[in-house]
Amino acid sequence: MSNQVLSCENVTASYGAIQALHGVNLEVNQGEIVVVLGANGAGKTTTLRAICNMVATEGTVMLNGSDISKADTADIVNAGVAHVPQGRGTFAALTVLENLEVGAYTRTDDEVQSDIEMWFEKYPVLGERRTQAAGSLSGGEQQMLAVARAAMSRPTMMLLDEPSLGLAPLIIEDLFQTFAQLNKEQGTSMLLVEQNANLALEIADRGYLLETGEITGSGSAEELRNDPAVQAAYLGA
Amino acid sequence: MQLLLQRIFDGVSDGAVYASIAVALVLIFKATTLINFAQGEMAMFGAFFAYIFAVQSGILDFLGNQYLIIWVAAIIAMVLSAGVGITIERTLTRPFDPEDHLPVVLITLGLFLGINAIAGIIWNYQARVMPAMFPNGSDDKIVIFGARLFYDTIGTIVTLGVVLYILFIILNKTKMGLAFRAVSANVESARLVGVRTGRVLSFGWALASAFGALGAVIVAPRITLQPSMMAAIVIYAFAAAAVGGLDSVGGAAIGGMIVGLTKSLGNGYLGSWHFGLEHPPLEFLPATPLLIPVLILLAVLWFKPSGLFGTKRIERV
Repeated sequence: MSNQVLSCENVTASYGAIQALHGVNLEVNQGEIVVVLGANGAGKTTTLRAICNMVATEGTVMLNGSDISKADTADIVNAGVAHVPQGRGTFAALTVLENLEVGAYTRTDDEVQSDIEMWFEKYPVLGERRTQAAGSLSGGEQQMLAVARAAMSRPTMMLLDEPSLGLAPLIIEDLFQTFAQLNKEQGTSMLLVEQNANLALEIADRGYLLETGEITGSGSAEELRNDPAVQAAYLGA
Repeated sequence: MQLLLQRIFDGVSDGAVYASIAVALVLIFKATTLINFAQGEMAMFGAFFAYIFAVQSGILDFLGNQYLIIWVAAIIAMVLSAGVGITIERTLTRPFDPEDHLPVVLITLGLFLGINAIAGIIWNYQARVMPAMFPNGSDDKIVIFGARLFYDTIGTIVTLGVVLYILFIILNKTKMGLAFRAVSANVESARLVGVRTGRVLSFGWALASAFGALGAVIVAPRITLQPSMMAAIVIYAFAAAAVGGLDSVGGAAIGGMIVGLTKSLGNGYLGSWHFGLEHPPLEFLPATPLLIPVLILLAVLWFKPSGLFGTKRIERV
């Protein structure tokens, strides 16, 4: 497919002797939000880490037509991938402002400041605390910061690792709106890993089911929502 | 009053040297969360670089002025030391898993012994006279309330201040500095925003090595140049770094001053403290005030384990 942004072909990953992924195949097209649903330990986080080459992997990962399976993580980020890791991964010792500045590390244009102001408008609480250490923020504020920081690199592809984890429902709602907005306004493609299947399928175009390191199903968001097996396993129906 | 001032001046003068080595330790700690046990020996090697350029080879004699010669030699030594730091980082520490601290700590311990031995082989263990960076004759002083404040002390403090300021600018106002602090805060997240962590680590080692070398060049004229010159200093520098908080550059500088001052004041006031006895009960008693910095270190670690200015480790569960 010509408008394919990201694809994984037969990707395996292991931590030492333990194999976490057994040949994952998935793809994300230009402008799509794709969700990966799976239980704890299914390999969702590992899939995202494999794309960024942060775990020992085999197989092929393609980004915008070039093979990035052996590329250095920093080069993958330079090529347009932004990863919001599980547990936020903000720089606790740096200020809110510095977190956003370092998020734009790969950029050389002169619109970094205006992008930062844009995020401070979107999340005023971050603007108020711009000189505070990120470690002093609440969990929800840190997740906002993590997403804003990832968006600061103006990525073409965003990897989101369980952004709803441990957050209050209202904050989750707001975050997912931000994802949909980024996707719509900037055309950012997204690969979203979630346990909160209801919400994820609301904003997603398509989805995959991941079980014990293998893709066991896929379909449009509509199809997945109506699939009795998915309903039983992930939607609590 | 005169004596008190004199002891403060002496303490500050020593403290500045402890501070420079402590800052070097902190820079590497921030980058790698490791203590570089070879920091003092690397600095000593840097002082020898300066000696080669300023004295042994005579290459810089064309500059004429003795202070200009040693300053240019010091800057060359800082650059060469930075190169040595980068080489050590690339070849001896990078191949190892950064999560596994033991191998790298053992490597720095090995370097400590190795660098000392190499220096001994090249330059032998004879003490050499190092040219001073500031006028340090017995008349090069100002007298305040009868206490002598030597130009050497003033120069050392000013130099430390200027270099700390440059370091502050590098760390807080440049992109490389931001990347360095990002790696220090969270290596994995730093990689995820596109920072090449290898380069940043090399940068940290280079800065630390240059900074340490400057400290050794400054102190060498006072204690003579020889391969074991840093042995005592580095112990006080460790204490200074820990007192300030191992990850705080400013804390290390202040820690250096605290250690320098307590050592000088303790030695001055308690050195002759014999419990009013004609024969003190223990023969080593006059040396006990030297323990004061160590006692302060223990107190800080006891009551404030992350040091006076260090980042508290907070983990959200």
